Amino acid sequence: MKVKEIRDLLEAQILCGEDQLENDLQGVFASDFMSDILAFTDSQQILVTGMINPQVVRTAEMVDMKCIIFVRGKMPTEEIISLAEESGMIVLASRFLMYSACGILYSREEDPKPCRV
Amino acid sequence: MPGLTFTYAVDGNDYHKAGEASRSAKFALKKLGLPPEVVRRVGICMYEGEINMVIHADGGTATLKVGMDEIEIELEDKGPGIPDLELAMQEGWSTADSQANQLGFGAGMGLPNMRRYSDEMQIDTTVGEGTTVRMIIKIR
Ligand SMILES: Nc1ncnc2c1ncn2[C@@H]1O[C@H](COP(=O)(O)OP(=O)(O)OP(=O)(O)O)[C@@H](O)[C@H]1O
Ligand SMILES: [Mg+2]
Repeated sequence: MKVKEIRDLLEAQILCGEDQLENDLQGVFASDFMSDILAFTDSQQILVTGMINPQVVRTAEMVDMKCIIFVRGKMPTEEIISLAEESGMIVLASRFLMYSACGILYSREEDPKPCRV
Repeated sequence: MPGLTFTYAVDGNDYHKAGEASRSAKFALKKLGLPPEVVRRVGICMYEGEINMVIHADGGTATLKVGMDEIEIELEDKGPGIPDLELAMQEGWSTADSQANQLGFGAGMGLPNMRRYSDEMQIDTTVGEGTTVRMIIKIR
């Protein structure tokens, strides 16, 4: 799914990574628990979360995520955005609730799978 | 083991910076050109350990030794120690406080993750003295 497509679907604001709108990303993982993200992601490139702090960016980085989508209308601070920018990540902010954001993205996913653990 | 050693001081009072050592380490390992899968596993293991040192102990020292065949991660703290290691290793067991919860930690998944993503893991812990976690990730 292209970043600009995600932006449009989630009526999101793009906070960094505007230069990557045409990038095609694969796989979505959604959680507010950092250890869940570390335990259960394998190759997903998009993280959906309602948690707002610098650890979200660091956690996403550890599992090689390319894009973070902050939901529920929460706005990350400048510090969080610049941390993501430094790592070349794309950051989006959407006003959808976690459930809705995930539902919208899930309906576009080609081959949803149960977790591997 | 000959090779490169990286040492990081982990501040136990600065929740904001928690994870920054692992971030620097991952950056350094990437630059060394190690396989992405190895870098990813080291990152996850070190990060979980670093966060634990911040939220459960008073910080400590993280050391990364990069050898020809393996990478060793050592996380040493002088925190409260772990009274029941078997319990602590169980998925879902956590004593994390609300401050840690607010950062998204406290699912009780860190230690099990570290075991899952490392090839070898050893924990030495003494109540009232501290905890040392050693993990080996093999470079294949
Ligand atoms: N370095 C440490 N010093 C003291 N206690 C520790 C240390 N590391 C872990 N523990 C204890 O072991 C428990 C389990 O640790 P684990 O990392 O698995 O989960 P957590 O940190 O509570 O939550 P999560 O890692 O999912 O965010 C902790 O809640 C804590 O009681
Ligand atoms: Mg932990």
